[in-house]
Amino acid sequence: MHSKSVAELSRDLESRKVSSVELTQEFLDRIKREDSKYNSFITVTEEQALADARMADEQRAAGNATAWTGVPFAHKDIFCTNGVRTTCGSKMLENFVPPYDATVTANFRQAGAVCLGKTNMDEFAMGSSNENSYFGAVTNPWGLSEGSKRVPGGSSGGSAAAVAARLTPAATATDTGGSIRQPAALCGVTGLKPTYGRVSRYGMIAFASSLDQGGTMARTAEDNALMLNVMAGFDPKDSTSIDREVPDYTATLNEPLKGLKIGLPKEYFSDQLSPAMEQQVRNAIKEYEKQGATVKEVSLPNAKLAIAAYYVIAPAEASANLSRFDGVRYGYRCEDPKDLMDLYTRSRAEGFGEEVKRRILVGTYALSAGYFDAYYLKAQKVRRLIQQDFINAFKEVDVLMSPTTPSPAFIQGEKTSDPVTMYLEDVFTIAINLAGVPAMSVPAGFVDGLPVGLQIIGDYFSEARLLNAAHQFQQVTDWHQREPQ
Amino acid sequence: MQWDIVIGLEIHVQLATKTKIFSGSSTAYGAEPNTQANAVDLAMPGTLPVPNEQAFRYAVMFGLAVNAEIERRSVFERKNYFYPDLPKGYQTTQLERPIVGPGYVDIDLPNGESKRVRIHHAHLEEDAGKSLHEDFHGMTGVDLNRAGTPLIEVVTEPDMNNADEAVAFAKKLHSIVTSLGICDGDMSQGSMRFDVNISLKPKGSDTLGTRTETKNLNSFRFMEQAIAHEVERQMDILEDGGKIVQETRLYNGDRDESRSMRTKEEANDYRYFPCPDLLPVEIDDSFIEEARNSLPELPDARKARFKDQYGLNDYDAGLLSGDSKLAAFFEEAASQGKDAKLVANWIQGEFSARLNAEEKSVADSPITGAQLGDLVVRIADNTISSAGAKKVFEALWTGENDSVDAIIDAKGLKQVSDTGALEAMVDEVLAGMPDQVAQYQNEEDPKKRKKMLGGFMGPLMKASKGQGNPKLFNEILVRKLGG
Repeated sequence: MHSKSVAELSRDLESRKVSSVELTQEFLDRIKREDSKYNSFITVTEEQALADARMADEQRAAGNATAWTGVPFAHKDIFCTNGVRTTCGSKMLENFVPPYDATVTANFRQAGAVCLGKTNMDEFAMGSSNENSYFGAVTNPWGLSEGSKRVPGGSSGGSAAAVAARLTPAATATDTGGSIRQPAALCGVTGLKPTYGRVSRYGMIAFASSLDQGGTMARTAEDNALMLNVMAGFDPKDSTSIDREVPDYTATLNEPLKGLKIGLPKEYFSDQLSPAMEQQVRNAIKEYEKQGATVKEVSLPNAKLAIAAYYVIAPAEASANLSRFDGVRYGYRCEDPKDLMDLYTRSRAEGFGEEVKRRILVGTYALSAGYFDAYYLKAQKVRRLIQQDFINAFKEVDVLMSPTTPSPAFIQGEKTSDPVTMYLEDVFTIAINLAGVPAMSVPAGFVDGLPVGLQIIGDYFSEARLLNAAHQFQQVTDWHQREPQ
Repeated sequence: MQWDIVIGLEIHVQLATKTKIFSGSSTAYGAEPNTQANAVDLAMPGTLPVPNEQAFRYAVMFGLAVNAEIERRSVFERKNYFYPDLPKGYQTTQLERPIVGPGYVDIDLPNGESKRVRIHHAHLEEDAGKSLHEDFHGMTGVDLNRAGTPLIEVVTEPDMNNADEAVAFAKKLHSIVTSLGICDGDMSQGSMRFDVNISLKPKGSDTLGTRTETKNLNSFRFMEQAIAHEVERQMDILEDGGKIVQETRLYNGDRDESRSMRTKEEANDYRYFPCPDLLPVEIDDSFIEEARNSLPELPDARKARFKDQYGLNDYDAGLLSGDSKLAAFFEEAASQGKDAKLVANWIQGEFSARLNAEEKSVADSPITGAQLGDLVVRIADNTISSAGAKKVFEALWTGENDSVDAIIDAKGLKQVSDTGALEAMVDEVLAGMPDQVAQYQNEEDPKKRKKMLGGFMGPLMKASKGQGNPKLFNEILVRKLGG
């Protein structure tokens, strides 16, 4: 049962093959038994989950169910959950219990889904390996059998590892520079970062407001579509969410791909990419050609500037977004502050981890008088150039395809000493956030027994097309069905 | 040495919206601490701002009222600094693209001249909460009820040259925002707060001196005192050969003292940048036109109308038109009868004196404009004397009765104006005072005669039980005694 997809579980619940309570209990038992290996959950909400499952069974019995009624899933611990501790992977919020739901949380509640708990993540979503969590690193389920503890990617590493290890059929996630796609690729699951503004950010703890976007993670494209059906839509509580009709993302999954125009950005098939990785990605693209898609090379000439621009803009926004964690109203407060300045400096010095502090410093510097024009304004100009690159590319092709990451999952501790090497993990994903377009990572093979992700990038609001392309690929491949041993 | 004083003002005006600028919390003043602060105001993690359309409407109305350009694309920025009453660690404000561009206001000076003060710009922003240092021993309390209340900050050019001009401008601005209904104007509750930038330069010089900013003055009187104080302080320093330090100062009105809060060197680097949670707000023509059509009568127009419609002189018209509540009170009173000048006199005399004595504003007045109007009607038609009118006013004020005519009846204040009856009384009194009559008639000096006339009034008022019309008595007396 635990290896079934959301779509399958939904059908089993509908046909009364299984009850939500049984299903929920099975996943809770699995988490209890298995998660010590992965550390993918920060909080497991057993009682609440079983209570919600009982209610879901009643709703099913009463005949008013959605596709999600009674289906277990998990939330990345960045989404505020009313009455349930929400840590954002930080000591700062170790004991923070929000009195409100994120809009995404409320939407799943409304749909009757059963939340199993909150998944681990890099602190404040800052990281690409999930080694920056106050609650400990997450271990990738892949590679464990060879005795190597590998990173699951980040920052949504808990969600990706939990889905890969079959501890939950699906999990929410967020993506600021690759935080859905990179862990999805490294853990062999399917993830979607929607268009900026497609999913409400209300109650999703901010890292970099102009880049953050909530999204989906599951094993199949179809399940991602089911998730997005619940998550997408305009929210009056988020001024940056976009008021635009939400299609049924499952309705177009089976459209044929004949005539699909695929662009391969030459900058993403560069020497940063290992030949073995490239081979897997090119094999995947051949599957599309078999289904009648055409392929051509395109260029994103400014893509090489994306990491530099990102590491000005994201830290700048973060430096202000994280000012609210000051030890005054909620969250961590240092012991016996001797005055206001002491309260501020020690609460923040003790409450934040190293990477968070590094980014606050970088962002504060970039916004400082005398540096603002050279860093922040210049980075914004680069951002516009990158947006224009994508707009131009989508005049020629329907989707872009590339590897999601330059290499498969690396060994824990391998890159922690050098932040810049770690930042290069997102070399193929970051430009997408700067442009605000949607993108997916789809399992597309293995290198040395480790999953490889194919990134599919679309024009603004083309989530349905991306899901369709991913779903069709998954009809003829089984990479997404492989289970780590 | 002779000095020119240069003054510029920054005025924070709290907008009278029902809810906050970026959240749905109430802005009402005086609630229990922290009962009007929701998750957004508390800057709880993940919460986001949503702009209040009404605040934009009010800002646009203000811009139109001060003849300013309206910026079509309005951008909010974050101004970063740490303080316990600033929950997000930044204030959401405007810097590069304020909603109201350059404009101007004409002010009337005490010498009767008029002067134009230019507005540099006005921007929308959120207010901070309040830090309460007194109530908690060794600690500071934070009340976030005010956090997120919409403000416009109005910044003038340095166009004022003395305290009179600055105060005249401040009062005019108060008059404009209260007339627009975009601010309740209650300075004691902080609805308007003034920062004063002052510098001195040698008389006639083109180069501005170093300025200081005196912050958070919340009454016209404190503003006037603070300017006098700061001008004197700077003059003393400059005349001793010293230099002015560019700094922010705090003025204590109760002690007439000021102290430095921070110098330019100590100033924060606020690291402004556009707020990524708020998209630029586009203001279109129809929004501006709607705001224009909703503009009420402004003080300048009202003053002109008061002169025209009620025949008031410039002074009375200026005084009664400035405050929209006072203007409404006046118009309500004046509409009861025809003697607007007498209404104006009563408002500026008895009514204002009584409000001042009890530290009340027009809004708290226990008597209505209509009641004062009724009272003036009864004075004008000779029903009551001015002495009687004061008794009626007193009874209205204390709430003894709310009808002018009922009070006149109950207190027997109605004057007897029946000339036949009055003549009979005069005849009777004169008959009883033959010596005085003779004395009067023998007196040549008109001044002395006039004085002697008063000797008959006492007995006449007594004979009429105080109800005889003194003016008529006087006329009859003069006639009977042979002018």
